Formats: sequence, C-alpha cells, structure tokens
Amino acid sequence: MKATTWVGKDKVKVVDVPDPKIMNSRDAIVKISSTAICGSDLHLYHGYIPAMREGDILGHEFMGEVVEVGPEVGNLAVGDRVVVPFPIACGRCRSCQQGLFSVCENSNPNAGFAEKLMGHSPAGIFGYSHLTGGYAGGQAEYARVPFADVGPLKVPDEVPDDQALMLADIFPTGYMGAEMCDITPGDVVAVWGAGPVGLLAAASARLLGAERVIVIDRYPYRLRLAADRAGAEVLNYEETDVLDALNELTAGRGPDACIDAVGLEGHHGNAAMYAYDRAKQAARVETERPFALREAILACRSGGVVSVIGAYGGFVDKFPMGAFMNRSLIMRTGQCHVQRYTRPLLERIRRGEIDPSFVISHHLPLKDAAKGYQIFQKKQDDCTKVVLKV
Amino acid sequence: MDLALLGRAWADRSGDRRRRVAVTTAVIAGITAVDVVATLRAGRARRARRRLVRMELAVTVNTPASEAYRFWRNLENLPRFMTHLESVRADDLRRSHWVARGPAGRSISWDAEIVDDRPNESLAWRSLPGARVPNAGRVRFLPAPGDRGTEVRVQLGYAPPAGRLGRAVAKLFGEEPEQQVRDDLRRFKQVLETGEVVRSDAGPDGISLGQQLRQRPAQPLSAGSGR
Repeated sequence: MKATTWVGKDKVKVVDVPDPKIMNSRDAIVKISSTAICGSDLHLYHGYIPAMREGDILGHEFMGEVVEVGPEVGNLAVGDRVVVPFPIACGRCRSCQQGLFSVCENSNPNAGFAEKLMGHSPAGIFGYSHLTGGYAGGQAEYARVPFADVGPLKVPDEVPDDQALMLADIFPTGYMGAEMCDITPGDVVAVWGAGPVGLLAAASARLLGAERVIVIDRYPYRLRLAADRAGAEVLNYEETDVLDALNELTAGRGPDACIDAVGLEGHHGNAAMYAYDRAKQAARVETERPFALREAILACRSGGVVSVIGAYGGFVDKFPMGAFMNRSLIMRTGQCHVQRYTRPLLERIRRGEIDPSFVISHHLPLKDAAKGYQIFQKKQDDCTKVVLKV
Repeated sequence: MDLALLGRAWADRSGDRRRRVAVTTAVIAGITAVDVVATLRAGRARRARRRLVRMELAVTVNTPASEAYRFWRNLENLPRFMTHLESVRADDLRRSHWVARGPAGRSISWDAEIVDDRPNESLAWRSLPGARVPNAGRVRFLPAPGDRGTEVRVQLGYAPPAGRLGRAVAKLFGEEPEQQVRDDLRRFKQVLETGEVVRSDAGPDGISLGQQLRQRPAQPLSAGSGR
C-alpha cells in the first residue's frame, strides 16, 4: 500500500510499504477514505518530538471502512464506516475506566522509554513517534487499529467524511480544552492560537456558554475564520500588546479562562523574546517555545483556569510560577481523551449545532502528502487544515 | 526473598558442574525472566553467593487479587508474559518443569517446586537441585486501597554463574537486570487486563527494553517476516 513516511527533518515521502495485518485479537484493519495532517504532525515534521525513525508512517487523524476484524472484536463488522480516535486505549485498565483514555496503561509497548522522559507513560498514539508506541499511522491506504472494540466510532451515512474526520482529534481536543475551563455564565475565554484546534476550542467555548471568546494569532486569514465561524473577538499579537488588550477588554479582570492551543512551537511578537527561546531550542537545551503558555498564565484572572491543549514534548524554561502560585491559578491539561467525546460530539454535528469542517482549507490526494505538509507548514494559500483523500 | 532457599539450592548444586564443558546457556529463572547465560564452569558456591542478584518489583493490575493469583498459580500461563520462557509444565500441584530460551537457539530446562501457597494471597517457589542457575521467588497479591485493583509484588533472586560467559551475558542485558522483570510485569498487566500482550508495528513482540533501543520503523511487517 501507499503510506506517508517520515524521512528526516522537514521531509516526508509517500512510499510503498507492506499492508497491515491483524496482530492482536482485538485489532481491526481499516481501509482509509480520508486522513488529515495535524498541527502536531508538524512537530514531528520539524523534528521536535524525540524518537522518530526514518520510515515511520505518520498520521493520527483518519477514517474509513472496516475490511477485517480480529476474533475478539464484536462490535464492528466488515463494511462499517468508522472514524478512529488518535489515542490507542484498551478500555480495561483503571485509567480507561475513569475516562482517561489518553493515559491508557496498556497501549504503549514502549512505556519504559516514555517513563524515562515523563515519569509515567501516556497511551500509545498512531503515527506519533516511538515514544508513544511505534504504531504505524493513518496517512496511508490502510491502518491497523488496535483495541478496535473500544476506539472506532461508527459514522452514519448522512455525516460526510469532512465532518466525521474532525472527531479523530481536533474537534474533541478543542472541545476538551473548552470543557476544562468550567465555563459559567458571563465567562470570558481567551484562546491562544487560531489553528484548527484553537478555532474549534473557541467554537466549543461558545457552545458551552462563554459570554465572550477572544482568539489570539498573527495570521489575518485565521483570525477572520475565528471571527466569522467561531463568533470570536480577535487580537493580532504582532499589532497589539496582548496583555494590555485583554485587560482592556475585561476591564482589568483578565479572562476567566485561558486556553493554550499553540504548544511547543510558539511565536512571539517581540523578536528578542522569540530569539531567546528559539536559540535555546535549536541548541536543544530547551525543547519548547512556551510563549503562549507564559502569556496565558500572566493574562488569566486570579483564580482562573489555564487549559493547555497545545502539545508539549519535554521541558519549559522561565515558567512564571510566581504568577501561577500567588494568584491561585488552576492548570488543566492532557492529550485529549477522544473516546469520551466522539459520541456526544457526533450528536452535536447531527443536530446541526456545529460543523467542525469549517477549519478545512485544502483537499489533496494521498500521493501529494509531501506537498500538503509543505503548504500547511508554510501557511501558504491561506492553509488551515489539509485533508488527504485516499 | 528467602535467601535460605537460595543458599540451599546452591549447596545442592556443588557436584553438578564437574565435568561439564564451558557452553553458553541462557537461563531465565522463574518470574524472573531473568536472563542469565551460564557457563558450566561456574565459580564456587561462595563466589556465586556474592553475585546473588535480588530484586523487588511491583505492578498494579485492575483485577481482584483472586483473579491475578489464579492466573499466576497456573504456572503454564507464565510464558504468556515471560517472553524468555519457552514453556512451563505443571507436573502436579507442587512440582513443575521449566524450559527457557537461550541464545543461538539453545534452550535450558530445570525443575522447580512451590514451597508456599496461600490462595489469593501469595505464592513462593524455588528451583530444585540441579538447576544451572539456582533461583527462587515469591509473588504477593495485595488488594490496593480504595478499590484500585491489586498490587502484585514480586521478590526474586538468582545466582548468575561466574566466568567469561557470565560477563558476556551481563553485558548483553545491560546494567539493569530489573528491566527484564519490569517488562514481564507490564506484560502480565496487559494479559490480565486486555487479554494479551499488546503489539505495535515497531515492536511486534511487545514490550522489551532492548527492542525499544533498536526499533524497526513504525510500518507493517512484510508478509514473509513473521514474528
């Protein structure tokens, strides 16, 4: 089959690889119809997530048709159309039973490796480095889906691929980011990052009843989407001092909740600030550029929530612990527990409450995956989200 | 850990190595899955005792203690999560015959006996006289507080042989023989909770530290390359 593989820093290639096979009795094989490139795939692309190997198949957002099921998969049949959550979760460990699917205790065969870096291991993830299991990803014609009796969600015919595919990661991730804010009437929620996850976090904050949502980015076309499709007020951090503007908009209170939908490859309006972290990152003495996180902490009202859904890989420098501690802030975070959200969010889509496919800007054939990475990375042609059709 | 058990196993062993040629053998002992290459020209008992390897490791499984105990008590289940064991055959309720995989396709076998059996609580065993790598172990199954499943606590010990091959093995398995056991316990948890050892494309044999350091790419195995 054809599959998108990681070759090295800033390089991916679609090559022929063997077809996947059932390896465990709870596996299914899915023939992929649509698969997307995620912002976090760019972290792999840029080489910021450790433990990638040449030849690794990328992709953790995919959907398609079940073509084979293992003997222990009772809930799926050949021919079912499914969308697959990006975290691989067994459904039987205590974490899974508490709904913490992205920290499944059994799905990462390389747990020992992850423990060395993170203390404990998160779940396995499709196509997301050997640190999270070394699973082949879904930017391919077929994928093996472990624990297929837990993750995949059957999608009714009337829901198109573009809407259903957003349930694999970014819609649940954005939604969880908003849910972690404990939104109550009157709340102002600020969102750093108007990428697909930030846009869907902003839209979700509205769905959950936020009074006002403020989105911060530097790309006018993305800010336009935030305003038009997520009902947000927008701030361009290259033109505005964000802390001053947020204080002004909230009459000095600060946003009740701040969502970091940027993660480890942030930018900063101040060239010197950016250069400081970029240089440390290049020298590998810091793995992250945590501008959004620092700013979210400083901006948040005292006692408010900082919700972190942007991806981080290692260690952050200059964490404003003083602000965080003295002002009674709360931080909530996590890779999304997608399995928790797929059914309720599919219902919201079917009821017409939201159409998450508004973030998609490009459709390309799978064979053009390398081009997809490039235009997404360089934000060419007003790119927000690339869907690869198989 | 019952050091006394090991000590006795040693004493029993003394006449055992006399005329043997130096050959390589890998022995994985018990829960241990402790991989040890034995040279049969082993050192004296007291030297061996100095090299005694002891460890204590634990894992929490999301099942009642009775279920975890029952699975372990059926010793023939052990190779399902101790990958270096080829087979364990229970001869009767007390005695069993173990076969471990070694390098270069060699295998080695020994007999063991259960020396203490407290249903749903704990189990202890030791190798019988004649084992090339005398070993003993105990596993306890303790209900975790607040309905958090069962704490499975393992103690074990073994005595790797001396000599060139012993050193070769030590090098092969690194500075942390505990890692082998840790991996075994992870697999034990996977098998109890999910029904089997979890496999990925880069790690088709499931968990193993050595494999984590030298992984194949995360793409499907080709048709011909079975596990």
